[in-house]
Amino acid sequence: MSRIATTFAALKQSNRKALIPFITAGDPEPALAVPLMHALANAGADVIELGVPFSDPMADGPTIQRASERALKQGVSLRTVLGFVTEFRETNGATPVVLMGYANPIEAMGYEEFADAALSAGVDGVLVVDYPPQEAARFAGLLDQRKIDAIFLLSPTSTELRIKEVARYARGYVYYVSLRGVTGAANLDVADVAKKLPDIRAHIQLPIGVGFGIRDAQTARAVAEIADAVVIGSRLVQEIESSSREDVLDNVSRLVRDIRSALDRR
Amino acid sequence: MYDLPDETGHFGQYGGVFVAETLIEALDQLKAEYERYRHDPAFRAEFEYELKHYVGRPSPVYHAKRWSEHFGGAQVYLKREDLNHTGAHKINNTVGQALLAKRMGKPRVIAETGAGQHGVATATVAARYGMKCVVYMGSADIKRQAQNVYRMKLLGAEVVPVESGSKTLKDALNEAMRDWVTNVSDTFYIIGTVAGPHPYPMMVRDFQSVIGIEARTQMLEMVGRQPDAVLACVGGGSNAMGLFYPYITDEKVRLVGVEAAGHGLETGKHAATLCAGRPGVLHGNRTYLMQDDNGQIIETHSISAGLDYPGVGPEHSWLKDCGRAEYVAVTDDEALAAFHDLCRLEGIIPALESSHALAYAAKMAPRMKADQILLVNLSGRGDKDMHTVAEKSGLKF
Repeated sequence: MSRIATTFAALKQSNRKALIPFITAGDPEPALAVPLMHALANAGADVIELGVPFSDPMADGPTIQRASERALKQGVSLRTVLGFVTEFRETNGATPVVLMGYANPIEAMGYEEFADAALSAGVDGVLVVDYPPQEAARFAGLLDQRKIDAIFLLSPTSTELRIKEVARYARGYVYYVSLRGVTGAANLDVADVAKKLPDIRAHIQLPIGVGFGIRDAQTARAVAEIADAVVIGSRLVQEIESSSREDVLDNVSRLVRDIRSALDRR
Repeated sequence: MYDLPDETGHFGQYGGVFVAETLIEALDQLKAEYERYRHDPAFRAEFEYELKHYVGRPSPVYHAKRWSEHFGGAQVYLKREDLNHTGAHKINNTVGQALLAKRMGKPRVIAETGAGQHGVATATVAARYGMKCVVYMGSADIKRQAQNVYRMKLLGAEVVPVESGSKTLKDALNEAMRDWVTNVSDTFYIIGTVAGPHPYPMMVRDFQSVIGIEARTQMLEMVGRQPDAVLACVGGGSNAMGLFYPYITDEKVRLVGVEAAGHGLETGKHAATLCAGRPGVLHGNRTYLMQDDNGQIIETHSISAGLDYPGVGPEHSWLKDCGRAEYVAVTDDEALAAFHDLCRLEGIIPALESSHALAYAAKMAPRMKADQILLVNLSGRGDKDMHTVAEKSGLKF
């Protein structure tokens, strides 16, 4: 069983929901990337989504755009990010790591080289925002051969046909984008999400993570009532942006711990 | 027989739909609506009526006799897209997309713009059809193109400065996509070139192909045959696709796309994506891109803002790889020289974009025979470029 599947199975056993924080790798500086990953894991992250910076992050709002720009200015590339994962794995063999980013850095490296490098670094899942399933057959196949989960998005506008198509390729978990918009947009409407999830569950047995627009412990808890996992991105990246280098690990840990305890409260 | 793109929007390995799931439904809807109307007689009739009475089509083909004599070789003909309403070919496409938006019941249109030409063409049709219009423009471009910004505002559009990335066209496109994702229920995104996710490259090509369709008829009338080669500048490539498309199956006619070599290909400061880039994925399609070894998109340079784009329409990538079209590049200086020659010898002030195609015609013509014919797409007029050219000559207004 993959690390992601093992993680979700264990959570289910203890009747808990997964907390999936997102950070942009190399933000605020490359030297803090691995310490931040450990801080997330220690504060209660079940899966870590690691953003691969890209020059043209079309699906991201201003917060994650700025994080991408900060990382790129310091020379962070897809290869650097794979290096972060390798280093993280030296002392953490349990927490699944999912790379999240855009197609072109992977295109530039080449599918097979990337898939091999991701496997040897200890990557568990890959979510490429601009590879929808109809463009991802070969890529998803190469990941599958290496037991790396190809993770796909679903959105409020996804039709039943789309949900079925995603079901064919999706592994690990599916990521439900909870609102019409980019990352970091306004707060989501939990009732809207609750209405859509049964449509997805009718065709997809994988755990469902919900993200985009979750900004506080209260919303996270409300989402956890209906979904299997809660993804926190822009809020966390904002915390990193506004923290001094000395405080950033503490501040991020505190935020993740707060959300963790809200999720676990009975 | 040429029937690309295929059902899924691919031109060989190029094109496609490389977007986040949040946009898939909107693109599927657009594709369905476009399929419904593209051959609909009422839609075609309204499109043609607007092109004739509002845009001023057909645009003439003009024999540039003095310029041709100057070369002492091939005869050069110009397809006069500069004479269209708003001064460039861009309006052909914005009329088409606005009519589609109207039929789809979308009261709000958005657009990205670099130099401002597509923004102006979009603001124009939005005013014409009573739609709300928002144009995204990089803040660096806003500074360089103050006149076009004012023009869009006069036409009732809101111009939103984009501060992310390199603050130019590619970032404006990113921002327009973000707007579209957020407001997809009431908004139609009018993309200005043959790029973006399917069906945009096909749809924009179809609307622009009026250029080539007219040219074929006009050349027959004027000289009784088709030209030996047709030339057009290529940034995103919409004026070139519009001219090339009706010639693709006519294999006797050479198709020549001219990119911006900026300060020279060897300097790295250029926008010659097909000549010097590598395939990748950006803005919803797979195509040639200007990128570094890590797959990050790099900034381009051209004296002409309309060619300053790190991607190119996927159909051009296909036509390059299969060898049907040739792609070359000319420098800023070569384009400027052609600009001045056309001003003085023909009394036509061309856009700096179109001057790239003219500059390559100036290289080809002297090596050809006097009974050979080149047709150059004069995609726009140069009024917008006065300050750029004046500055190059050491003048300031």
